[in-house]
Amino acid sequence: MKIINIIITTLFMTCVLQAQMVSKSQSGTFLLKNATLHTVSNGTTVGDILIKDGKIADMGTITQAEAGSTTIELTGMHVYPGMIDGGTKLGLSEVGSVSLTQDYRELGDFTPHMQALTAVNPNSVSIPVTRTNGVTTVIAKTEGGLFPGTAALINLHGYTPQQMYAGFKGVQMNFPATGRRGRWDRRKDEDIKKDSEKALKKLNDIWKKAVQYAKIDSAATASGKKRDDYNPQMDALLPIVNGTAPLMIEVNKDKDIKAAIKWVEKNKIKAIFTGVSEGYRVTEELAAAGVSVITGPVLSIPGRSSASYDIAYKNAGIMQKAGIKVAIRTNETENVRNLPFNAGFAVAYGMGVEEALKAVTIIPAEIFGVDDQLGSLDKGKVANLFVCDGDPFETKTQIEYLFIAGYKVPIESRHTLLYDEFLKRDPGVDR
Amino acid sequence: MKKYIISLCTMMVAVMAIGQETGSILIKNGTVLTITNGVKENTDVLIKNGKIEKIGKDLSADRSTQVIDAKGQYVMPGIVDAHSHIALETVNEATNPVTSEVFVGDGIDPQDVGIYRALAGGVTISHAMHGSANAIGGECETIKHRYGAWDPDDLRMANAPRTIKFALGENPIRVHGEGRNITPNTRMGVEQVFRSAFSEAQLYKKAWADFNSKKTKTPPTYSRRMETLVDILDGEIIIHCHSYRADELLMLMNVLEDYGVSRLCFQHVNEGFKVAPELAEFGAGASVFSDWWAYKFEVYYSTAYNAAILVKNGVVTSINSDSGELIRHLYHEAAKTQRYGNLTDNEALRLITINPAIQLGIGDRVGSIEKGKDGDIAIFSGHPLSVYTIPQMTIVDGIVRFDINNDAQDMRIDIDPEEKFDDTFINLHAEDEERCMQDVYSELFLGESAHSHSHH
Repeated sequence: MKIINIIITTLFMTCVLQAQMVSKSQSGTFLLKNATLHTVSNGTTVGDILIKDGKIADMGTITQAEAGSTTIELTGMHVYPGMIDGGTKLGLSEVGSVSLTQDYRELGDFTPHMQALTAVNPNSVSIPVTRTNGVTTVIAKTEGGLFPGTAALINLHGYTPQQMYAGFKGVQMNFPATGRRGRWDRRKDEDIKKDSEKALKKLNDIWKKAVQYAKIDSAATASGKKRDDYNPQMDALLPIVNGTAPLMIEVNKDKDIKAAIKWVEKNKIKAIFTGVSEGYRVTEELAAAGVSVITGPVLSIPGRSSASYDIAYKNAGIMQKAGIKVAIRTNETENVRNLPFNAGFAVAYGMGVEEALKAVTIIPAEIFGVDDQLGSLDKGKVANLFVCDGDPFETKTQIEYLFIAGYKVPIESRHTLLYDEFLKRDPGVDR
Repeated sequence: MKKYIISLCTMMVAVMAIGQETGSILIKNGTVLTITNGVKENTDVLIKNGKIEKIGKDLSADRSTQVIDAKGQYVMPGIVDAHSHIALETVNEATNPVTSEVFVGDGIDPQDVGIYRALAGGVTISHAMHGSANAIGGECETIKHRYGAWDPDDLRMANAPRTIKFALGENPIRVHGEGRNITPNTRMGVEQVFRSAFSEAQLYKKAWADFNSKKTKTPPTYSRRMETLVDILDGEIIIHCHSYRADELLMLMNVLEDYGVSRLCFQHVNEGFKVAPELAEFGAGASVFSDWWAYKFEVYYSTAYNAAILVKNGVVTSINSDSGELIRHLYHEAAKTQRYGNLTDNEALRLITINPAIQLGIGDRVGSIEKGKDGDIAIFSGHPLSVYTIPQMTIVDGIVRFDINNDAQDMRIDIDPEEKFDDTFINLHAEDEERCMQDVYSELFLGESAHSHSHH
């Protein structure tokens, strides 16, 4: 017994000394009792959830606890499906100003074969910081030129990128923009126009080749021949050309959105539009095109100085009310944890609270084609969920428990551990 | 034509008068968050000629006083942002590690639409700061958000104490050491920049004292730079110091102690939580971000619980924006201290009202709803710490400067005829709005990634 005590004490000391390490997640069978279940798919009820083998094994009233399962009494608590952020650089960037810690921007304008999943760092300090706010799943995306790479959907738990992988990869495209890229963009108007025309021409040239390449590829496949060339860029575009996978198109300015709609219609592409910060100006066109949108951050300033101060707060709600399928993203890295607050602001400025909840759960799951696995509390889905003491969008709400892929993940991050260590520092000022 | 000119002139006179104007307003039946004297339900606040005259029930006012019904709404003091760069033409004089001769107040832009956006978030006062390129930067200006005024002077908060920007760590090192190959190239160098500047200022002061008492015959060479430093030594200027790491916080407090300087507020101070007892003992303030971290190495070991730890250790703490985006929702940023550290409502609200006011030396004039204080008020649809609240009205000196029911889409004052109608830029990173290093990269590091993420 004494030995066990020593071991426990030693383990505890190790934890204290290594205040930067979060403790291990627990696997097992968990029975969550008497919580308010916000299913997203089937309304809100009071009941139980059984988590087993990484899945939601059962829901409703579960009287018989299985042998070896851990029961967690949750009367008065709320259970929500894990939130999904449809656009982040989480795991791909560690320190914003240190380029060697950043892996989201490869050289070149045409690099659709660059895989975000390859470079996801499962031990990024930002990951626990994010998930402890109830965000369990994010798109890790690349940045850069016309085709910067392939984004990946990841769960925020696991020791390898493969363990984190949540079932969707999407080739990204930055639609040639006609707007300025920021305050620092001091190009002349003519140059901006020229640049965007050049980019559009380049895009069309690439696409022509991609279509040709797909024809050659399917001809080769049909005749059972093995191609002996190596063209990873074009290979990456094959599923897009063949219409079996969507293309994630970053587009923001109203004119560009219209041009992008024409472009995807002309080329018969399944598209997901991302950004869409001026979607409020082209809702009819977007709705008519039936394209899904991942927009955000909600907490951003208007793109033009003449626009209303709150237009970015309103944009998601305006689009959703116009019949567009809208998911919300933060476009963040270390502060993806602000996803619930982005949703909260969308609610304050016009979006329904249920719609906003869907916009960070089931809608992104649908957009990524993983709604059979993620995005709601339903029997058989992956056990990505969190327990909180109130409305998860409300700022002061506390997250009490977190489960990702069935693992009970500690509510710990560098931020909580530093709090625990330094709140009452010892020694204080007196040595 | 004549008539046209006359009306134009009248308009101009009216517009010019806007800045100095004060107003009288009676706000009825709100839930009044006084900050310094509790929460008062169903209470009226009377502002007369720009000052709070009465707080109580069933107040009445003369006919000239505008009456606002705030039933069901929350009435709080106007929010104060202790770190901002809105309304500034230029931010950094990044040409020397010591530039105490410059003053951002020389470049106030009263037409910056950012002022209106701040008002639409309940912010009535901001501390327009010099940037963080230099160990000793320029003097800053405390401005009132009298949006509508055309004269830069109308934005200045009369008789607000002088403040100056200092900066530690990566920024001055990168600009001067790495960028210009001069000291400081390390945090050791930063310390010596201060010691050298203050020592020179002491000699300068003595030289003038000797001349004035006729001990010496030749007057010393006048130096605006030294004059400002002498004023710091004499306690006439509050230092606001951009800082992150615990070691550099201790360094500056040690330096200031050696030179007998005590008026100090640290800015950003991401590692303030590590040395909170030392900050409290020195009496230094801390003005922090609610949750920004990891944007550079010196903020990698951060915690969003920083503000809570500082408050619980007795440090006068505020939450600032340093951003044209964050300044619009400081009420929400303050609320994050409830998620991260369980601060009470009043503790959280103090972070954006009385505490930043104290840090700017104007705590006796603004930052709470008290008789005799300035009539600076923000009215919210719900509790200001709720994510669902919406700012309704913002009042500065008794004048309504933002009213959600009277908010045109385009609130620019002066539209540049050269500006293209759709001259949009797309800004998808909140941090890109951060302007602490504005004017530095374009001049010094052209071609470096000034555009990806700017550095706070």
